[in-house]
Amino acid sequence: MSIDTAPTVSATALDATSGAATRRAILHRLLMTLGPILIALIIAGCILLAVGVDPLAYYGYVLEKGLFSPLGIQQTLSRMAPLLFLAAGLIVAFRAGMWNLGGDGQFLLGAVAAAASAPVLIQFMPGWLALFCAFIIATIVAMIWSLVPALLRAYQGVNEIVTTLMMTFLGTSLANVLVKLVFRDPGTTVPQTRTLPVEDRLPRLFDTTITSGLVLGLITIIIVHLVMTRTAFGLKLRIVGANPRAAVHAGLNVSALTIAVFAISAGLAGLAGAVDIIGVQGNVRADWNPAYGLAVIPAVFLARMNGFAAIGFVFLLSVLSIGGESAARRLGVPNHFTLVLISIVLIVLALAEYVDHRYNQSRKA
Amino acid sequence: MSGLFSDVFLSALLFGAITAAIPLLLAGLGEQMSEKAGVLNIGIEGMMLAGAYLGFVGAFYSGSLWLGFLTGIAGGVAVALIMALLCVRIGLNQIVIGIALTLGVEGLTALLHHFQFSRSYPRLPAADATVIPLLSNIPVIGPAFFKHHMIVYLAVALVFVMSYIYRRTQLGLNLQAAGDKPAALDVAGIDVMKTRTIAVLTTGALAGLGGAYLANVGAGLFIPFITNGAGFLGIVLAMLARGRPVWVLVGALVFGVCLSLTTAMQVAGINMPTDIIQMLPFLAVMAMLVLFGRRASLPAALGIPYERGAR
Amino acid sequence: MALMSGSASSPVDKRDIVTLESVTKRFPGIVANDDIDLSIRPGEVHVLLGENGAGKSTLIGMLSGLQQPDEGRILVDGKPTQITSPRNALALGIGTVFQHMMLVPTLTVAENLLLGGPWWQTPKTEELAARVAEITSSLGITLKLSAKVSELSLGEQQQVEILRAMLRNSRLLILDESTSMLTPKGIDELGALMRRLVGQGLAVVFITHKLKEAVAFGDRISVLKLGKKVGEIPPERLRSLGEQEIIAEIVELMFGTQGADPEAATHPDHTASFAGAAPLLQVKDLAVAQTENAPGLSSISFDIRPGEILGIAGIDGNGQKQLAEALAGQRAVAGGSIWVDRTAIETLSVGARREIGLRYLTDDRLGEGTVGTFPVSINFFLKQVGAAPFWRNGVEQRGEIDARAAQLAREYDVRTPSLKTPVGRLSGGNIQKVLLARELAEGAKVVIFNKPTYGLDLANTLASRQRIRDTAARGLAVLLISTDLEELLSMCDRIAVIADGALVGTVDNVDDARTKVGRLMIGLAA
Repeated sequence: MSIDTAPTVSATALDATSGAATRRAILHRLLMTLGPILIALIIAGCILLAVGVDPLAYYGYVLEKGLFSPLGIQQTLSRMAPLLFLAAGLIVAFRAGMWNLGGDGQFLLGAVAAAASAPVLIQFMPGWLALFCAFIIATIVAMIWSLVPALLRAYQGVNEIVTTLMMTFLGTSLANVLVKLVFRDPGTTVPQTRTLPVEDRLPRLFDTTITSGLVLGLITIIIVHLVMTRTAFGLKLRIVGANPRAAVHAGLNVSALTIAVFAISAGLAGLAGAVDIIGVQGNVRADWNPAYGLAVIPAVFLARMNGFAAIGFVFLLSVLSIGGESAARRLGVPNHFTLVLISIVLIVLALAEYVDHRYNQSRKA
Repeated sequence: MSGLFSDVFLSALLFGAITAAIPLLLAGLGEQMSEKAGVLNIGIEGMMLAGAYLGFVGAFYSGSLWLGFLTGIAGGVAVALIMALLCVRIGLNQIVIGIALTLGVEGLTALLHHFQFSRSYPRLPAADATVIPLLSNIPVIGPAFFKHHMIVYLAVALVFVMSYIYRRTQLGLNLQAAGDKPAALDVAGIDVMKTRTIAVLTTGALAGLGGAYLANVGAGLFIPFITNGAGFLGIVLAMLARGRPVWVLVGALVFGVCLSLTTAMQVAGINMPTDIIQMLPFLAVMAMLVLFGRRASLPAALGIPYERGAR
Repeated sequence: MALMSGSASSPVDKRDIVTLESVTKRFPGIVANDDIDLSIRPGEVHVLLGENGAGKSTLIGMLSGLQQPDEGRILVDGKPTQITSPRNALALGIGTVFQHMMLVPTLTVAENLLLGGPWWQTPKTEELAARVAEITSSLGITLKLSAKVSELSLGEQQQVEILRAMLRNSRLLILDESTSMLTPKGIDELGALMRRLVGQGLAVVFITHKLKEAVAFGDRISVLKLGKKVGEIPPERLRSLGEQEIIAEIVELMFGTQGADPEAATHPDHTASFAGAAPLLQVKDLAVAQTENAPGLSSISFDIRPGEILGIAGIDGNGQKQLAEALAGQRAVAGGSIWVDRTAIETLSVGARREIGLRYLTDDRLGEGTVGTFPVSINFFLKQVGAAPFWRNGVEQRGEIDARAAQLAREYDVRTPSLKTPVGRLSGGNIQKVLLARELAEGAKVVIFNKPTYGLDLANTLASRQRIRDTAARGLAVLLISTDLEELLSMCDRIAVIADGALVGTVDNVDDARTKVGRLMIGLAA
């Protein structure tokens, strides 16, 4: 009723938002993000205390190894490359309302496809073209892997959470089978694919060990963000995500868009695998599964599916995981602790958002 | 290959199938109740793992399997309590919280296990079987089906208890209403939150028990990430079973056979990487989904938090 | 003891089951109920009359335990009582039949009636059957206990809900907008049922925004307006006045001094002749397959000429929505043909049909018509995503979008705090204006309106109807689907009646159209 009596808008009312209000909103957002992270660190610290580890020493060590040491920060930035691609893929899927939880399977198959093709291609084409082709192959393989869940969701209405989870289990096993039986390097005793020589991998940035995959990842996630927020295609996907029935009513081809979402999301996950192999690892070892896919999901949620915010959270995640791996070696805290930390951050942040929402409502009332 | 079809082999295969099916059955029955009541419980993997760890610890220190099952149930319920609080009471996104809980429990159990047992993986003594007189003497079938731990028979009985609850009790009606039209339940004077909370906690208890069985009886030890997706399989079973407990049992047995076949073929010395065999159950599920996908219908209000008076 | 007309605060009457004293309820930005007094007595149908947004639903929410008053108090049997939950309301003997059905569609009638018992119990089916038989026979209704609720008609579902309230020994039965989904016959039956209920000593609160029903069924009428109670007509006065006098009095209370009943049907001007022009929309033998939850359509044929309004009358759920969706391209067609301006469109997609000039204004404004969380501006262009000049090479042109959106908002009088406001926060009337602007914008030739005034208040209803008349006057073909017979009689040139997915007859809208359409609707020959 109050809205009914509001004046009719005029065109000039649109740019009425003042700079101060925008700044306040950003500050609020920042506070609402950093506050809960701090609380989560304290809760996780209590867990460390309980198992007899000094949390301050642990956090200090993680920060030192993941952020402040020259080697650590370079590793952290290199780690970001595949995570950014994964995050970009999840942003597309989640904004379109599709829960692609099969990132790990798509990632591994992309990695294996790249690891199998790059050393072969490099022999009879220029290096840059070989890597490019390997990226394409990895993307296509991962896309194909998402086809069954995509078709089931698009034409049968089968919940994609279940199917993508299943496909990720299948994909992990298939990747192992491929490494052990098909693409195994005959020259080594441990089962792994042929190793791409360091000089043929993605170039490193300047004089560091940071892979140029980082730059590709940053460009990709920013493009994805802009496509989702500024283009007709992105808007169509967001309509499908926000109200599928409105999408049908508006004449959008929801089935085709659904398949496109899965293809893009899985393709980016496959690219993530390729970037990790061609940029950093050089080969795929049997039973290798870093499980980045599941770990990136919280980062994307925390970023509220915003590409720029996702870069920040991916960075945080990288610091924690690189630092956590060092801490596992030195302090004897298994790096699984990072999972606990991420989980607590996610829950505390969700709670904070709820409390904030409630507070706003009661203030308006 | 000669041993493949011998009686002994066959009953070992079936015995293994039952052992592998029980955790899936319990998880599936648990998830089914949550889904019936409108809660998509992605956190069930975490609940199972919590049950596996606490169940193992309980059994290891007390020396009693039964006490282990109790601590396992407690572990599952503890995780479910968080889920109920966050997703039912205050209506946070069920998928986000479910994933967070699963990740958190994965990390926490690995961490605790590390600090408690370091790199040693102590084993529990083999569980003593409850041999059913007469029936266990039947060739092949007897040793396969009637020489299990008591909890196995109880789990199978639970299928019928669940059927009874859904078909013949007020609770069953309440659960279905909570999933299909929560507002109708609310105006009928039943607390939707309470009904859903009961469902989620029951899921936690059953998943915890399933996890404890998996660690204590199935494996005899705890290793980090031991559930390895069993909870997610439970979600699949619940979705395929469309609210019918008996179909969860059927599905769990199919899976059990596939899993048991994995071990059996290795024992029989068939030369195939275990990965291929490990793919079998998942291929079976995908095939089932492709064939029966359309039938996997879900409650109308699944995944939607209830808020009184909201339209 | 008789109360005089007016809003004077009513002293607590011993005979009241429930009394409201100065009840006020606020929501963010709105005073939904402002200082309301009400007395509800056994043996009386107390009508709460008011437009959308008058505060009727909030009042019901407080009586049924869904909401609590911010100020004032509620007395039950003369004692101040807090109705804290629906369970509490039921225990106090207050049963509510909500506007939106509150039955579980996947359960049977018996199971729905049994819902709410102690959780450990086995439902007592036999006991229930006996009690149901007792009540239904006294009320003169029949119900099949083993039927699934999803298979019942809306009228039958409503009877189930009334029965449920009776089973719980309700002394006060609240019926919220209960006639909005019913047929004329169903409405009469409900009226008779209410009389029998009050005859048995119950109190009935009947909420409606339709004057005629209020007058026909009410013993006492309270009029609400913008959250305030603006008047009450007690039984003595109702009995002493004639129908027209009462209507005039209520109209004055609701709308100020205004001579006639604004809902009265006025026949449209039939001076225009369409005989010469070629039809803009031609539908021939259209068929749609039946699905699990929707009826099919069979051999639907009609045509509409430029400037003509064809009405589709019928009881809700007889295939109206399926017809609209099949024409718009949202539902697969099993046979037949559709021409718009001599172009066959039955194989085209939704977008291509729109391109040709076919527009569909859905009745489900928030469910499919808009994306509630998206800004008003984007919702204007939901059906043009990617089209120039609002998108160029697939890239959003914010300036163009905002300028055009502001223009449309002005033209169609969309009242919104800002174009960035999520459309879901607007009132139903303003959302409808967004849809009207979207569908009637340039290029329209044939427009399908599905229940265009459903759930709107009077001002918005009148505005929407004027838009539809203007649309036809511009030379467009209009298909107007409505369950409101008065609306069709006041707007259409011809009225076709749909029953069970088929057109059972078409009537020219002349003097005896009302009777003819009415007979067709209940299955008699015109």
